[in-house]
Amino acid sequence: MRAIPIIGLAALVLAACDSSNNNRNNQGPPPPPPPPPAMASFDVTVTNLTNAQPASPIAVIAHQDGYAVFTIGSAATVGLETLAEGGDNSVLIGEADADANVFSTGSGAAPIGPAGSETVTIDVLESDLANLQISVSTMLVNTNDAISGLNGVDVSGLAEGDTWTGRAIVYDAGTELNTELAAEIPGPAGGGEGFNAARNDRADLVAMHPGVISQDDGLVASALTGQHRFDNPALMVRIERTD
Amino acid sequence: MKHLFSAIFVMASLFGAQTASATDFNVRIINLSNGIFYTPFLVAAHPDGTALFTTGQPASASLQAMAEGGDISGLVTDLQGLGATIAQDPAGGLLAPASETNVDLNTDGTANVLLSVVAMLLPTNDAFAGLNAVTIPTEPGTYVFDVPAYDAGTEANDELITGGGAPGAAGIPADPGGLGGTGGTGAAVADANATVHIHRGTLGDLDPNAGTSDLDSSVHRWLNPVIRVVVTVR
Repeated sequence: MRAIPIIGLAALVLAACDSSNNNRNNQGPPPPPPPPPAMASFDVTVTNLTNAQPASPIAVIAHQDGYAVFTIGSAATVGLETLAEGGDNSVLIGEADADANVFSTGSGAAPIGPAGSETVTIDVLESDLANLQISVSTMLVNTNDAISGLNGVDVSGLAEGDTWTGRAIVYDAGTELNTELAAEIPGPAGGGEGFNAARNDRADLVAMHPGVISQDDGLVASALTGQHRFDNPALMVRIERTD
Repeated sequence: MKHLFSAIFVMASLFGAQTASATDFNVRIINLSNGIFYTPFLVAAHPDGTALFTTGQPASASLQAMAEGGDISGLVTDLQGLGATIAQDPAGGLLAPASETNVDLNTDGTANVLLSVVAMLLPTNDAFAGLNAVTIPTEPGTYVFDVPAYDAGTEANDELITGGGAPGAAGIPADPGGLGGTGGTGAAVADANATVHIHRGTLGDLDPNAGTSDLDSSVHRWLNPVIRVVVTVR
């Protein structure tokens, strides 16, 4: 929520001016308080399309050009690594909140199970609409470091009541080797470790996820079965401008 | 990202009326995959009603040469015959996993209203990424196409790294990442579908010295899309 404190400050400055004005002249009715800034509101609904891959609580980020959750071929931020390896979106959201190109952020309340969905509402200043993009990110928790989501959907053209619907594919954060070992999979199929600062994938960069192999397809040590395999897309994302 | 299309979806609307108009644009190609290299890309703008391949139809000899061995010279000759606007090998060789390249095209004074982008996936027998004859947007902006992998249908996906890259020669021509194995017995016989179709994916195995495949199922598999093409119209 970057813009809100600035508006608060502006209101404070205005109030101070009014006060000194009144002291000097002491005439006329006090001016009305400044109107609250005009806001726009978006409902972001994520539906899990997979067979057996719960999606960790989603991160929803409203931003403009200059911010991206990730870039193909570049190393993941620690925030994305924390999400991708353990399903914890707080560090990613913290990074976004500290970015001058981010307008506001939101989080899902709980993991979204297969066939489940959740709606996160996110508000931005109407004055930010012209450049508004929305990104969504989540971990497929029965993996080492698979993420799904959308990067920078342009919603600047959405009028009140309009919706945009898209599907999200699955990426590999590139921060953890895809061992499929129970000890390294935080979801219910493994119950293992989440975030670990060590980066031991073949290359420390984000790319498409090649899919999981599973014990049913020859990876004997895998905690995963054929039930945990997935294909693209993994999520449906519906963005509705409600206000 | 102004427009996000699936290449397959765009295919459905290909046959509408086109108007010839000059377009100055950039084509950016991103290798989305984790363990797949691409042979030199062919990027071409070509006239309405033409295409490098059609799903459900047998591959041309030129497409087969590209898909089995990465040789785009036959397709270039075919396209030159159509008066196409052509860019060859913008990456200057192989395009590594999760890396990208781009090239400018200008169709001024031509009837070239469709865009195609193709290259072979390595290591595979005859898989290729194909953005197939999509209408080149004329309105300035950025257009994103997520592109799937096709199987040319011309060679058995035996997944054996033999150096066989000539059309009709069995096997995989090269393993640029050096993460494959040897000693496989052959993962598959001839394709059930001998026409161009969506590739069913690589099997691989986890035995570098034996098994059915020389490919590694933890390295060489992919899920679609395999490349992202970003067209920026000026």
